[in-house]
Amino acid sequence: MSDSDRDNETSFGSYGGQYVPEALMPALEELEDAYERYVLENEDGFMDDFRARMREFGGRPTPLQRADRLSERYDREVYLKREDLVHGGAHKLNNALGQVLLAKYMGKERIIAETGAGQHGTATAMAAAHLDMPCEIYMGRTDVNRQRPNVYRMRMNGSDVNPVDTGRGTLKEAINATLRDWSKSVETTHYVIGSVVGPHPFPKMVRDFQSVIGTEAREQIQEQAGRLPDSVLACAGGGSNTMGTFHAFVPDEDVGLYAVEAGGSTLEIDEERGIAPNSATLSTGTDGVLHGAMTKLLQSGDGQIMESHSVSAGLDYAGVGPELSYLVDIGRVTPVSVGDEAALEAFHRLSRLEGIIPALESSHALGYLERAAGPAADSASGQGPRAEADEDLGDLVVVNVSGRGDKDLETVLEETEKRDLEAAPDVEVFDR
Amino acid sequence: MSRERRAKRDSRNERAVSDRGERSARSASSGKRVATDGGTDSDIERAIRETHPALIAYITAGDPTLEETKAYVEALDRGGADLIELGLPFSEPIAEGPTIQAAINRSLEAGTTPDSFFELVDGLDVEAPLLVMTYYNMILQYGSEPAVEPFVERAAAAGLAGIIVPDLPAEESEPLREACENHGLDLVFIVAPTTDGERLETIMSQVSGFAYVQARLGTTGARADVSGATHDSLARLSEYSVPKAVGFGVSEGDHAAEIVEAGADGVIVGSALVDLIAEADEPAAALEAKAEELKRGAMRGAEDVPEPEQP
Ligand SMILES: Cc1ncc(COP(=O)(O)O)c(C=O)c1O
Repeated sequence: MSDSDRDNETSFGSYGGQYVPEALMPALEELEDAYERYVLENEDGFMDDFRARMREFGGRPTPLQRADRLSERYDREVYLKREDLVHGGAHKLNNALGQVLLAKYMGKERIIAETGAGQHGTATAMAAAHLDMPCEIYMGRTDVNRQRPNVYRMRMNGSDVNPVDTGRGTLKEAINATLRDWSKSVETTHYVIGSVVGPHPFPKMVRDFQSVIGTEAREQIQEQAGRLPDSVLACAGGGSNTMGTFHAFVPDEDVGLYAVEAGGSTLEIDEERGIAPNSATLSTGTDGVLHGAMTKLLQSGDGQIMESHSVSAGLDYAGVGPELSYLVDIGRVTPVSVGDEAALEAFHRLSRLEGIIPALESSHALGYLERAAGPAADSASGQGPRAEADEDLGDLVVVNVSGRGDKDLETVLEETEKRDLEAAPDVEVFDR
Repeated sequence: MSRERRAKRDSRNERAVSDRGERSARSASSGKRVATDGGTDSDIERAIRETHPALIAYITAGDPTLEETKAYVEALDRGGADLIELGLPFSEPIAEGPTIQAAINRSLEAGTTPDSFFELVDGLDVEAPLLVMTYYNMILQYGSEPAVEPFVERAAAAGLAGIIVPDLPAEESEPLREACENHGLDLVFIVAPTTDGERLETIMSQVSGFAYVQARLGTTGARADVSGATHDSLARLSEYSVPKAVGFGVSEGDHAAEIVEAGADGVIVGSALVDLIAEADEPAAALEAKAEELKRGAMRGAEDVPEPEQP
């Protein structure tokens, strides 16, 4: 897909674009130029440098692992793409290192970034330390509280963490705050956006840095299973692990692509209070403009952006990457959603069955596998015709495990205690 | 808009038109300096030229309630504001500093909606032309399908003279520009300290009403001084005939004087007024007094500026 005409466009069908204050436009032009030269054309060996660092510092390539007990449980071949093994514990480094390195090549002096779960902030802080760049991270207050270990990790790496107190204090507000910083510091500073969102060229550039996931997985599955998969599953918040996993498979029309969103507590929206108790943007959102791009959004009829919800901080966002909106509209990507409870079950299940503690974000992708192909009849959950979903997944499935779950342990303990989960171990705190 | 206000404005327009003879096409006003300096069918441009140097006041509609906004608009009008920008609140105001963010939150909490906003404007009866300042998604979502036309049509019906959209750069502005042209509204563009070269040309060829010169990088918010970037920006814009108004950080009469002296046709004041609404014991009286101070400052600045030469 290196058709250069397409790569130069600023949008995906009617999605994307550059809806930002004028003050930022010259910086986006500068970034577009750097993206074309360094990333697309490998000027000064930029991409070689990036790949070498991802190998040596980042631990790539990551394995594609056959999950034996999941394969047994779901009666098909299930492979896991192990992005949890990337340095830092998530796919986020693929993008963060790429952008910090690009900022360095561009001669920028300072890095800023937003973070939701803290995974992107952590990855950016690591990359900034590795490349010796000063770095400031904006993080919503709610997220600071529910992702403490990541706050400390960022600080250990020498980054400043700025808590954001507006709104519900999650990813959306963190992005607002970072955009405001950038609109003041734009001449010296690069904004390392954490997902395939924001104005052009971010959605394409982030996708390109992340596309190593799918490129590797596509080769690995052919080597290990002898053919392309029937379906590929990835969770979707902003959608960077999603697009990173899907990009190489988009031209393979027989491969089903499933973007698994956070169903939260329910898909019902509370218009009155402006709250969506989920983050299922692709499944339920409507077209609008947020954070620089036209895309699908959780918004009120008037156009106010809703507060979203998910047990997983990294999926808790009212927008989604414009390319995913486009791929859903043309029918290439199927959006599905998995709620808080099913994600928690999947978290425990993978930990128990495979010895892998997945991020709560990734647990959503694993939760969909259970819903579509699990042994329990799905009629109980009322989430749709199971037989059909089961058949669509096919016999050979790749699931992207976008990150590891160490950061989520506190949340999981708390949320598990509140519920009667089937797959959970005893999480009662030992008496002293 | 109220019939009276339109009548008032129209009679003022007639005066202005007969003063200058033939109306020229709107496009003439936005390009480089042209012969009939000031000949325009733009209410906003005309207001700026007539009241030169103009005071442009911003407040957030619905802060703290729409009822009070009505009183504040009237106070600003009395105090000498020549144009009034009303903010229609959006939940993600990325161009705004803490002061206006807080005003937007207060307005949203009070339940301000696009419809109640337009009803407020319907009922306003002031001399100063009114503009709406809002974010693109608010414009797009008005009406049943995402489209810009219904908002612009309703804005025109309410008697608004122009629109400012801080997150809509020239590149993405075509649909809104067309709708504004169809309904006789001005679409004001922002020129940033980082804007130059081709971008500046493009923006200045599309702007109508006035060019909003952003005094400094960053977000809105009252400051204690006038930035050096203001002087640079005005110098870069001196060859364009469209009126230039400077905003972002202006809070005192002395700033207004300095900015006008540097070549601006108007000053835009927002956060300093919003602060008064949040903090003054009697906001309406305080707004009126502040508008007087700012207008006096602007006029002081104009005394030292020679009349622009005819080309
Ligand atoms: C492990 C992990 N997976 C997924 C996500 C969601 O982001 P995206 O949808 O951009 O992949 C996050 C975000 O923080 C994350 O930490």
